[in-house]
Amino acid sequence: FFFRFAAVYVSQKISKSRWRPVSHSSLQQADIFATGSWDNEDNKISFWSIGSHGSSGVEDGFEGDPQLLCEHKHDGDVLDLQFLDQDRIVTASSTGAVTIFRHHQNSQTISVSQQWARAHRYPSDNAPCTGVVCSSPEIVTVGEDGRIIVFRADQEGVIRVIDNADSSTIHAVTYLRTTEILTVNSIGQLKLWDLRQQSNSPSQILSLSGDRVPLHCVDRHPNQQHIVATGGQDGMLCVWDVRQGSTPFSLMEAHSAEMWEVHFHPTNPDHLFTCSEDGSLLHWETSSQSDIPSFLQGGRNSSMTSRSAMAPAGGNQSLINAWLSGDSSKGRLETTHMLPSQTLSVNSLDVLGQCLVCGTDGEAIFVNRQVPV
Amino acid sequence: MEEVDVEPAVTNIPAASSGTHLGFAWGPGDILVYETLYKASGTGSGDIHEVRKDEDIYSPILRKLFNESHHIFVGLQTIREDLPSKNKKPQFVSISKNYRSVIRACMEELQQVAVSTKVAEVAMQYGNQVSILLAIELIWNLCEVLFIDAAPAGSLLLHLLDWVRLHKADVDEKAREVLQSESPAEHRDYWDVVVSYVLQGRLEEARQMLVKQATLQPAARKMYKQMDTLLSKMPFYNPGGTQTLTEFDVKWRHWHEEVDRCLQDNSFASNKHLELICKILVGDEDTLLEHKDLLSTWYHFLVTRLLFCHPTVKPTELHYYAQSCLTMFLDSRSVPEPLDSILLAAFEFDIHQVIKDCSIALNNWWFVAHLTDLLDHCKLLQSHNLHFGSNLREFLLLEYASGLFTHHSLWQLAVDYFDHCPEFGRVYLELQIERVPLDTERKALKVLRICEQRQMSEQVRSICKIMAMRALRNNRLGSALSWSIRAKDAAFATLISERFLQDYCARGTFSDLDLIDNLGPAMLLSDRLTFLGKYREFHKLYGEKRFREASKLLLSLMTAKIAPRSFWMTLLTDALPLLEQKEVIFSADQTHELMFCLEELMSSLNTTTAGTDRPMQDEDIEVTKVELLRLALARNLAMAIVKEGTVEA
Repeated sequence: FFFRFAAVYVSQKISKSRWRPVSHSSLQQADIFATGSWDNEDNKISFWSIGSHGSSGVEDGFEGDPQLLCEHKHDGDVLDLQFLDQDRIVTASSTGAVTIFRHHQNSQTISVSQQWARAHRYPSDNAPCTGVVCSSPEIVTVGEDGRIIVFRADQEGVIRVIDNADSSTIHAVTYLRTTEILTVNSIGQLKLWDLRQQSNSPSQILSLSGDRVPLHCVDRHPNQQHIVATGGQDGMLCVWDVRQGSTPFSLMEAHSAEMWEVHFHPTNPDHLFTCSEDGSLLHWETSSQSDIPSFLQGGRNSSMTSRSAMAPAGGNQSLINAWLSGDSSKGRLETTHMLPSQTLSVNSLDVLGQCLVCGTDGEAIFVNRQVPV
Repeated sequence: MEEVDVEPAVTNIPAASSGTHLGFAWGPGDILVYETLYKASGTGSGDIHEVRKDEDIYSPILRKLFNESHHIFVGLQTIREDLPSKNKKPQFVSISKNYRSVIRACMEELQQVAVSTKVAEVAMQYGNQVSILLAIELIWNLCEVLFIDAAPAGSLLLHLLDWVRLHKADVDEKAREVLQSESPAEHRDYWDVVVSYVLQGRLEEARQMLVKQATLQPAARKMYKQMDTLLSKMPFYNPGGTQTLTEFDVKWRHWHEEVDRCLQDNSFASNKHLELICKILVGDEDTLLEHKDLLSTWYHFLVTRLLFCHPTVKPTELHYYAQSCLTMFLDSRSVPEPLDSILLAAFEFDIHQVIKDCSIALNNWWFVAHLTDLLDHCKLLQSHNLHFGSNLREFLLLEYASGLFTHHSLWQLAVDYFDHCPEFGRVYLELQIERVPLDTERKALKVLRICEQRQMSEQVRSICKIMAMRALRNNRLGSALSWSIRAKDAAFATLISERFLQDYCARGTFSDLDLIDNLGPAMLLSDRLTFLGKYREFHKLYGEKRFREASKLLLSLMTAKIAPRSFWMTLLTDALPLLEQKEVIFSADQTHELMFCLEELMSSLNTTTAGTDRPMQDEDIEVTKVELLRLALARNLAMAIVKEGTVEA
């Protein structure tokens, strides 16, 4: 048994996929997502509908394929994609540009609402913008040029630039709280930046000891702001407590190649999802009986190996693994392969409610509307 | 010189006017054409034309075919070799069906687009692609029946019937039209539909249609009843049943005689339509040939003829009937088209001819590469070796994959194809992968991952070097160093370390501390990098006021020859404040060593800089510095001796 995925081939390699946010007050289901492409002669951002609301053909159990709503040309590879609000989405481009697109839902069209061309750059060349994070109206971007830039939607200029924030490439950025951001770089470091400080150096540096494994993605626990998960070149999942120490709290073997994204489930953070260059999409579930998620149980630096996760994909191995040290009876961690075996990279995933969307280098988008969370 | 199978096609280069001289360069899938003759008057253009052989790669809809079939291809390669072939056959058949369903899906989408577009040119282009895919699917399906499934006598005809029914689906469309009309039995296409059903052996459907006519003609009820009985009694072989082929044959002959009797005693003479059906049932060739318009193709004629004359045809007999049907069906004047020859070759079980003809007739490698691969897995191509390359399967896969690699985005798919070409796949991949343009680090990482997984260390080094050079050009020393560490490129790491040290000398501070402080074991990659890391460690110790450890480290950098000689003066200058501390930090022995270092440096400077004339001012500063150092060293030595003597006493 595999989870029920609707797959659609889209004739472009998908670099990013994101659900449009839904308002918390209503019990609305995820219904629209955006994707960005890379490595094409003409790259695009596209909006898709999974049509879950009363459209015909869904009731009989047949899940329809995602339908393209509209698309717009995008200069350069889409290296990151984040919704600013319901109508606006921010893209990070390999040309170094940061662009806000507006999705007009009445006419199903897209227009450029604001653009900072060459926001990331070298003295004589463009530098790819690798990551973006939004907390409307504030937008923070990072790039291969090692710069952190703060923008504000509806303001033309740049609010703040931290030059030389990193000597190597910054791969991803996330908010820890409203005034504090966290970046990960290509030499295995996490850096905390307090945006209230005028100083151009990080308030804290955490790093993987030894091997300097590049980190590619980071996500913050939705309820406990001091807990972050990162993934890197070796496919390991690391969970960090930024309040304690400067090394990861736990390391878990997950993928056999670069982990491109990691996401806590936004409302049920006992669940976590990762995807990788090795072509797999993993669902991690902790079934802790205590209040502390089992990511944080067990000793420091305890390495938990879940080799099963790399067992021949195609089966649906799910193996229950308890922490090796500490009170192992309390925390259990289960990993499940969500996609049937495939060889091409799963570049991006996003999860909202029971809906999960991911995009691959095999030019396919997979949508699952019944993620067991 | 090899014999040419067909005259090569001529491609006109639009911008190159006639009479100009053209040169060209081979690419993996394309060629570049350029004018070689430049006139002084400037009439020759400097343009370079790219001539593509495989246009299909650039079709957005066909891309889906490439991506989906890639998935099936990879699955096929993982079928275990050691399974008994009996167990593998159903797997191969199901893989073949998967390939075909992907072709069908693609065809349907193309058809939709062709219909919905308003631009005539585009519609025609898509229409052409649809007809090519139709042919491909037709050939593939026949190969599946004959070669992969290799159905024996009895089942063979059933499979061929399915094949014809699938590819002559316009009957169903017509039937729908008839049935939806107010009075189906009076529709002008009514009898065409009935006869078409009979020609395809869809007798149940034919009977249901006939009922409509029978109710309209109560007078002829008996005759219709008789026809219905004939149709319902026609035996079909049931491969899963207990009946043997001989038993079936006897039963079929009885039925056939009964039909013949009806014809002889003119049972249906009063109704020309029923008479016609009866003649078809008895397998009358002239009657069949009179209805070419309903059969539309010679292979439909073949299958219908087999159905009503030779239902137990053996695979080995097929070629005889196929050849005769083709001759009978086509007018003496018309020439068989490529598709006809390909199908005929298939009926003759000449697999190599099928593949060869397809390679010539089709404009893409996708079909022949995948079909040949599948047939090779079925062990049907063993004895065939080419006098170039390795074997047919590998040759075609390499061609297809090379075509993919020329595409700016599909190159990733090609990697798996190269992986499954044991003889030349790796060489091809090595040559191609280095040429992938690297626009972003993320793309570079993906390419690197491909190389590292395959232990292609030469390519790993080359890619890292490209990235390191780019970073260096953009003044990103940290990134450059990271890339050269990843490539284990000691020479480049040395170069970048030098840059760091130069920057330090110029500015007095280190840049990129986050990197240098976290070098770890990577520091050992090159001597200069080790020095950089250790020298920074000295600064850290000094900053933390751990003077004793700092001084020991500083001295060891010189005595262990880790520091380049050119940097010694800087190191000695760094020692000055330590020598000037109130507390004695350098012991007497250490001070001696420092003095020795200074003298060694001075003597080497005297010999090397004798000829060069440096500005007097610089010279003065240097001299003063050395004087200061000598003084500090002497004072420190005195203090150390006193202190050491005091402790011992």
